[in-house]
Amino acid sequence: MEAVKEQKNVSRGIDIESMQRGPRVNLDNETLCLEVKDFNLFYGDKQALHNINMQIPKNRVTAFIGPSGCGKSTLLRCFNRMNDLIDSVRMEGQLLLDDMDINSPSVNVADLRRQVGMVFQKPNPFPKSIYENVAYGLRLQGVNDRSTLDKVVEKSLKGAALWDEVKDRLHESAMGMSGGQQQRLVIARAIAIEPEVLLLDEPASALDPLSTLKIEELIYELKEKYTIVIVTHNMQQAARVSDYTAFMYMGELIEFGATDELFTNPNKKQTEDYITGRYG
Amino acid sequence: MKQRSSMKIWFDSGKPWVWLNAGAVSISLVMVVGLIGLIAVRGLSHFWPADIVELTYAEPGEEKVMLVGERVDHETVPAARLALSGVHLPEGQETANRTLLKIGNRDFFGLDFRWINDPWIADTQKPAGLVSIERREWGNFYGYLVNVKQQGEVVAQGEQAWDAFQQRLARSNALYNKIKDIEKSDIGKINHGLEDLRIDERRLELDNVEKGTAPYLEIEEERKQLNTRYAKLREELDELYSELNRDQITVKISDGREAEIPMAKIVQAYKPNAMSTMQKLGQYFHNAWEFVSGEPREANTEGGIFPAIFGTVMMVMIMSVLVTPFGVIAAVYLKEYAKQGAVVRLIRIAVNNLAGVPSIVYGVFGLGFFVYFIGGSVDEIFFQAKLPSPTFGSPGLLWASLTLAILTVPVVIVATEEGLSRIPRAIREGSLALGATKAETLWRTVLPMAAPAMMTGLILAVARAAGEVAPLMMVGVVKLAPSLAIDNIAPYLHLDRQFMHLGFHIYDVGFQSPNVEAARPLVYATAFLLVLIIVVLNLAAIGIRNRLRETYKASES
Repeated sequence: MEAVKEQKNVSRGIDIESMQRGPRVNLDNETLCLEVKDFNLFYGDKQALHNINMQIPKNRVTAFIGPSGCGKSTLLRCFNRMNDLIDSVRMEGQLLLDDMDINSPSVNVADLRRQVGMVFQKPNPFPKSIYENVAYGLRLQGVNDRSTLDKVVEKSLKGAALWDEVKDRLHESAMGMSGGQQQRLVIARAIAIEPEVLLLDEPASALDPLSTLKIEELIYELKEKYTIVIVTHNMQQAARVSDYTAFMYMGELIEFGATDELFTNPNKKQTEDYITGRYG
Repeated sequence: MKQRSSMKIWFDSGKPWVWLNAGAVSISLVMVVGLIGLIAVRGLSHFWPADIVELTYAEPGEEKVMLVGERVDHETVPAARLALSGVHLPEGQETANRTLLKIGNRDFFGLDFRWINDPWIADTQKPAGLVSIERREWGNFYGYLVNVKQQGEVVAQGEQAWDAFQQRLARSNALYNKIKDIEKSDIGKINHGLEDLRIDERRLELDNVEKGTAPYLEIEEERKQLNTRYAKLREELDELYSELNRDQITVKISDGREAEIPMAKIVQAYKPNAMSTMQKLGQYFHNAWEFVSGEPREANTEGGIFPAIFGTVMMVMIMSVLVTPFGVIAAVYLKEYAKQGAVVRLIRIAVNNLAGVPSIVYGVFGLGFFVYFIGGSVDEIFFQAKLPSPTFGSPGLLWASLTLAILTVPVVIVATEEGLSRIPRAIREGSLALGATKAETLWRTVLPMAAPAMMTGLILAVARAAGEVAPLMMVGVVKLAPSLAIDNIAPYLHLDRQFMHLGFHIYDVGFQSPNVEAARPLVYATAFLLVLIIVVLNLAAIGIRNRLRETYKASES
């Protein structure tokens, strides 16, 4: 199986047709986590994503950059089927999580979302206590044992670098925290159920620079355990935190590559224009 | 030119609009304050122990008479109107003042109110000895206390009479309460037991059990026991009654006649002219409390209105319990699950229009559907033995509450839908992203956050239901309910019973009363109390809502 995959990668490397279909990137030394194959997405009649092909490696940070409305958030939300909530959405092609088709009817959406956690642009803690926010996912799974919950809450808050700040007020409302703390709480809430993938949709765009820095540090630590896909408007951020970067424009994947390479030596003119700030 | 431009500047500055808006707000405020003020002043002044005046009154061409009573009203009337009632003023006098005097003593004078013309009052006095006696029948008595009698023998008179009277009055009131207690609870229970036995017997007959068999004999035995208990109680009551009827007082009326009043017929007595302001204040609160906690007497024109308060609150609470889950469930389905389209839009329009249907129509619906159809069917199935006398097949508390629940359900649905649509999308997505299903998200996050909106709906529903009268007249409200919906007879809560309601009570006292003048202050007092109760119910609901809001305060989108 592994061999076949590698072969496929190699063959794709020299395949002109596949170069046209999608950007080339060398992932030979990586384990794959998510795979996008010939993916199209329509909102009603309007096509939002055009023929996306992409492979996202495990335990790495992959950033999606691009101007507003380029479809990066739309693509991100496909990975945990958040787009199911919108009636008019239609999809073609395949999305694979560890070779499992995400959109297959046999997939339980709730189970999928437990594997693929998500953090949104604006902090969205529930109007409950800090403790209950983190325990929410576990309680959903029927875990109500106090000591288990205590342990997981502590571990998750530590994992989100929030424990020291909130350990004395776990049972106070989460609504009283600062924006940065709320965002880290939301991350703690997401990692409490130990997902495989963590999708971050512009996690720092609503935060001040200091909180942003903390989130970035956190992302760096989290990639040890999780595969992280982050959408960001901020190119410096993408350059700082990510291992791989995908540049999208008008619903198409223009270029995908190792971050260092993409930023220093972009293959495409469009990418260069964007990262040098000529449009976007 | 300059004038116009400054006018234009003023107009463009927006100040006229500010004034207009402020004016509208002020007018609304004045109207609300005025309304509450009017009913509060008119209603609350009723409980004040007013001074009793003794007037020497001489109509032209007639002999002097002494009049005793409370001044109730005072007005200036034109001569022409007085001429119509046969009173002719001296030439040149256009108007005259007249006073409405509550002379009480209906058993002697026939009427307890009388208009007297001020010019013919020869002398006004306020003797300290005048007594105001509140009686169980015939309204108030005003006059002098002559002596106190025990079984016809004078036991106290003159100075000592008042103290002896107060002591014996306290004793007779205690006896009276005891008798009422026995009659209501103990004898009530026996009557209920006998009725149950009759129904059991009827059931046996319906089941074609042969007469004279064991079950019949058992019933007969139980009946015998109940009758024995009743006879015993009857004896006890007879004794109490003779105790109660032991004392009498002799009183003197304004015209010099003397009369005897049995102690048992007296509720309370006081000498307002001899009371200090503090004592009057005490009497005031005592009277107000009697009004709130007592039962009505004399075709609702005297006594208290506790059953009406109880009925109103009870009905509103049962309605709340019924309408909240129903409205919330409907709103959740409409908003969260139903496919938004023409059908849902149609349903929404229908629900909104339902709120505009005249309430009397709901009354008709409640009577036809709940009382006759559902209630009748319930009786057929569960209370066969009681027929033809209906149990749930007649208007009652449950049907009234249900009718009002139907009447107010649109409000709850609309408010809940509004609340659901105001939950930020981010919160729902946050929950879904943690692997919650839609139902789990609703149950754990969305509904708690929408709870304040549901409470808002409930507040509006309560405000509307508590003030509604018209439909209730068809589905359960009566002028005088013999017993409350809660008592000591199993099953303790009797939803099938008819009940009294403050709104209907106002209508009844105000327009159906044989004694208009006596009823008038009660109308105001009852109206004030109704407003007060609605305010209290609302405040309670608002308090709960604010607490919920505090708990589920979400980040503002």
